[in-house]
Amino acid sequence: MTASHALVTASTFSASANKLGQVIGAVAIFFAVLLVIFYAAGRATGRFQRPLTIFVFLAPAIVLLLVGLVIPAIRTFYLSFHGPQLVGAKAVGFDNYKWAFTNPTEQQVLLNTLLWLIVAPIVSTALGLLIAVAVDRMKRQSIVKSLIFMPMAMSFVGAGIIWKFVYDNPGAGRPQDGLLSQIVITLGWKHPPIWLLSHPLNNFLLMVIMIWIETGFAMVVLSAAIKAIPDDVIEAARVDGAYGPRLFFSVQIPMIRATLIVVLTTVMIATLKIFDIVKAVTGGNFGTNTLANDMWAQTFVQFNVGHGSALAVVILIAVTPLLVYNIVQLRKERTVR
Amino acid sequence: MSATAEIEAAPVVRQPAAKEIRKSFSSKTASILVIILTILWTVPTFGVLITSFRPASDVTNSGWWEFFAHPNVTFSNYNQVLFKGGFGVSGGIIPFLVNSLAITIPATLIALTVACMAAYCLAWVRFRGSDTIFFIVFALQVVPLQMSLVPLQRFYNFGAHIGSVPIFPALHLGKHYPLAQIWVSHTMFALPLAIFLLHNFIAQLPRDLMEAARVDGANHFRIFRTVVLPLITPAVASFAIFEFLWVWNDLLVALTFGGYSQASTPVTARLQQMIGQYGNNWQLLTAGAFVAMIIPLIVFFALQRYFVRGLLAGSVKG
Repeated sequence: MTASHALVTASTFSASANKLGQVIGAVAIFFAVLLVIFYAAGRATGRFQRPLTIFVFLAPAIVLLLVGLVIPAIRTFYLSFHGPQLVGAKAVGFDNYKWAFTNPTEQQVLLNTLLWLIVAPIVSTALGLLIAVAVDRMKRQSIVKSLIFMPMAMSFVGAGIIWKFVYDNPGAGRPQDGLLSQIVITLGWKHPPIWLLSHPLNNFLLMVIMIWIETGFAMVVLSAAIKAIPDDVIEAARVDGAYGPRLFFSVQIPMIRATLIVVLTTVMIATLKIFDIVKAVTGGNFGTNTLANDMWAQTFVQFNVGHGSALAVVILIAVTPLLVYNIVQLRKERTVR
Repeated sequence: MSATAEIEAAPVVRQPAAKEIRKSFSSKTASILVIILTILWTVPTFGVLITSFRPASDVTNSGWWEFFAHPNVTFSNYNQVLFKGGFGVSGGIIPFLVNSLAITIPATLIALTVACMAAYCLAWVRFRGSDTIFFIVFALQVVPLQMSLVPLQRFYNFGAHIGSVPIFPALHLGKHYPLAQIWVSHTMFALPLAIFLLHNFIAQLPRDLMEAARVDGANHFRIFRTVVLPLITPAVASFAIFEFLWVWNDLLVALTFGGYSQASTPVTARLQQMIGQYGNNWQLLTAGAFVAMIIPLIVFFALQRYFVRGLLAGSVKG
């Protein structure tokens, strides 16, 4: 290591320590202030006590949610009926929505998103369920589970790099370094295509990345749900003559139906919001654009806030029925409790 | 109770049933299927790991699977990515790793604190409308992040106005405290899920315990600190891991509110930049990807049990 190299390393180190020190200080101040507020509010008595308690506990969350989500969402709804500018745009009625549903490019985007919404959640939930059941009585199941679950710990950018490398194809005449190409060459397909440019196949190749990440989540949650089915239910079913697959489909599946739906909707919502994968791997080009990515591109690349907002509202509307179903389910459970 | 009675009463019935189930689900087919899936799941990451240790000339001339025929290990990719940069990337990745820590730790702690307080209030300080608030918070999970970015950034930079009347001053957080701006934004976006999950957990604490504490004259702040927090520590720890991974891996929030400056850019954004600059230098890109992944992977493998518990508290019991 040269002297200048050592110097750079040392200064990097001291700057890093300095920054982390400041951050820890900021966190300490946050908790100190909170403790003081708790102490002061706790001294209050009489008829102010209860409202003050509710205020102290709830106000930070409510204010943050209002500023960060509620007001921006309302504003986006408003902007979706206006022109492209962020400030002072003219009202255009439903033009942005008309554009979203009639423009051929957007129709492709909608179709892609629909495919994503159907394929990614169903495949990852089904695979997760399959693995959860199959792994249940295996030896060393924790290793299998850890490896399947591992992609959950990775960033979408990291996952993007991993899979971009799998799909890489330098083309004829150059040494092959993409795993997928190498596999199909070994299987006898001499000149595999440039995968990420092949429409509509590339859409499914991107979905694979999402499925790769979400299957572990589905597996872990469903595995726990299966284990949580009370023993006496299983016993009773066995006494009644339900064995094997029959037990699985007519007892275990209905018993974990609520969890299955939670997993499906959770992955669906994640799928709707995801744009990192599309952005990192293809940038939404070659016919792989999706609503979430296009909403971002319309707003921050095309600077057409009206179009971007309309797409955002479409996403919200798409997910609402799922959410309503979930809420109804939740309400039922709350009244039972 | 009835299950044990069943076992004693009908051992003959139970034995073949258990065997049947074992046969249909742990048959060879199932095991082989699982092993194939596990290999499929792991090989892409494994290839990236191998590539990051191969010399540049090897990487351009052959696929990573050739490594096993011609093992040739170098650490120079990591040396270059960590300390040097190159190919238009100036400097190593270490300051960005530090930024990720400086973003992730406070964002996680603040979000969890605010969420715990709100969840406790909605579960145990019931008032008219607390159910409605809870369901609205739950519903907010569908609001896409992208929807908030522009209005929120305008709010940070220009404050809030009704017409031309300012109702909240511009904070200019981005200029002076870009990290704080990222913490606050992450907290906002984490709250719906955090409140929802923690509420489910807190609401299940025994009612007697709460009432006993009330009878002893403890106010809600005291109960929250001395009764609730110790009891929900496992749940909070689990969700903290979840949130840590989420914030560490986030790209969009950090990019929008942190920009590409060395003062506040986390490692994911750096990685995204590197995809463009390193292009087909896979040995560097893969090394960078691993450096960015190593901390979340350590957290994940060391604390996996708690992470799983956190996921389950929300999804299964929800």
